[in-house]
Amino acid sequence: MSALAIELHNVSKAYGAIVANRDVSLKVEEGSITGLIGPNGSGKTTLFNSIAGYHPIDSGSILFEGREISKLSVQQIARLGLVRTFQQTRIFSKMDCVHNLLIAMPHRDSEYGHMFRHYPPETVEKAERLLEFVGLYSKRRLIAGSLSFGQQKLLEFAMALMNEPKALLLDEPTAGINPTLINGLIDRLKRANEEFGITLFVIEHNMRVVMNLAQHIYCLSRGELLAHGSPDRIQNDQRVVEAYLGTQ
Amino acid sequence: MTPRSRILHIALLVFAVTAPFVFPNYTVAISVLWMMVMFSLTWDTLGGQMGYNSLGNITFFGLGMYISAVTQIAIRYDVGKYTAAYGAIKVDFTPHQYYLGLGLGIALAALGCVIVAVILSWILFGLRGPYFAIGTLGVAIAAAELTAAWGYVGGGGGIAMPVFPGPPRERGLFFYAGFVLVAIVCYLFLRWLYGTRFGLALNAIRDDEDKAEALGLHTRRYKTVAWCTSAFFLGIAGALFGNMTGFIEPLEVAYPVLTFNIFMVAMPLLGGKGTLWGPILGAVLFDVLREATWTYLLGWQYVALGLLITVNVVYFQQGILGWVRAKKPEWFGVRVEDSNVKASPARSGA
Repeated sequence: MSALAIELHNVSKAYGAIVANRDVSLKVEEGSITGLIGPNGSGKTTLFNSIAGYHPIDSGSILFEGREISKLSVQQIARLGLVRTFQQTRIFSKMDCVHNLLIAMPHRDSEYGHMFRHYPPETVEKAERLLEFVGLYSKRRLIAGSLSFGQQKLLEFAMALMNEPKALLLDEPTAGINPTLINGLIDRLKRANEEFGITLFVIEHNMRVVMNLAQHIYCLSRGELLAHGSPDRIQNDQRVVEAYLGTQ
Repeated sequence: MTPRSRILHIALLVFAVTAPFVFPNYTVAISVLWMMVMFSLTWDTLGGQMGYNSLGNITFFGLGMYISAVTQIAIRYDVGKYTAAYGAIKVDFTPHQYYLGLGLGIALAALGCVIVAVILSWILFGLRGPYFAIGTLGVAIAAAELTAAWGYVGGGGGIAMPVFPGPPRERGLFFYAGFVLVAIVCYLFLRWLYGTRFGLALNAIRDDEDKAEALGLHTRRYKTVAWCTSAFFLGIAGALFGNMTGFIEPLEVAYPVLTFNIFMVAMPLLGGKGTLWGPILGAVLFDVLREATWTYLLGWQYVALGLLITVNVVYFQQGILGWVRAKKPEWFGVRVEDSNVKASPARSGA
């Protein structure tokens, strides 16, 4: 068994009386692509927010590469190499694509003096290579806010790669992208996983995408872990089908 | 630097050097113009580049003014006794003492303002949007009231500043040179700063601070340093302005919350916030209009300026340079390329 990138032990999070996550435990293996599915409102994004440090959790523990991170800030977690993308795509809309990528360079070792430096040519080159990788090279000098929604998703993905993460939390990477672009995106997610060795933990509504992409899938329902296993097992799990479609 | 921009720089420099000799009667007014340019530039660092609209930058102006005044008096006399006499005590400073005090005062004003900016940043940068604006405004008002209530620095009665050792004309030129120098240094510094990673980081915080945090950017660090650079230059401006005016008091001179403080915001908005030249253009236009309304519309001057600000904010939010940028993006380095231009860098595949 390979090492674990992310481990959750009995994580609970409630907003007032509404329990968004109850005793969720899961494991994401290093170098794997792991999926997280569940009907709307089942607590997937809350779980991502807990992992990435957006809010304190009520109980339980979250480990990244064996290290407890549930008390760390968003920035500290990002600097450890655990980076997330957003469901509502977030880019720097008034800056051009290259600048968007430059600002996304890793900040792990950045010291006070670094903020007054210029970007080294190899960083700019890397930014352009990544724009090429996601197919936005010809648009590199366009203001990011003028790109289409799908292109903005690709840009955000490139920014995440620029950050040189060890693991990426992707919140619905294909939502809102037109079907012909989806295959290209799946291909790039797989390449990021294989070529750069980045662990991917993906929330996805599109069943075709997640079954195609992930080796292991967790399913949440009403804040609790319902089932997990290989794509085949999940697809045929009666409880999962019922959670999505209701009992007959 | 393009030829067009070189001509602009040279023309402005020529104006800066010759103005007090060509228009000797307007030396003080043009000194104030340079101060306005600096007000505008330093406000835009936070308000335009970083998206944090401060309504309390005047705090550093007043603080610098008072730090400098106390320093200048203290090297020769007891500050408490001096201020208690409301200017009745005439302390004669030798030229050497005067310049020493002024130099020391300006240095301490800049330093003191930076220290206070660091302390304030711990409190204020937990706030965003309108809360930050109101928080900073609160600090400015509090600073004015505290100064007015503090007897040691003269309270509401103010301080008569040490007298410049020379004829009035020389005095005017001396402070004019000071303001020009500080405005130029401020411009060159910000121009360099916006060209480094720092500039991009400020823009990223403006566009989406949460995203910047999610990428691990040290946002707090950038915000604090940006606030400190504004405080540094405003502290020096305060010290110079106090000495040029000759008499300082808290509400009208040091912490004019409703005049200078609002002008600081209005000028970059008029010229186009978030650009380097917008705030400068805005400052020049606004200051000329201000002088004109004071001369030709006396009694209605605030109505006229208020109207200008209202029209600007309601109908023309992007400001002059913002409007030009929307019309002519290529002038600002925004390139739109055809897809048939060379479509890949030397190596592909990342």
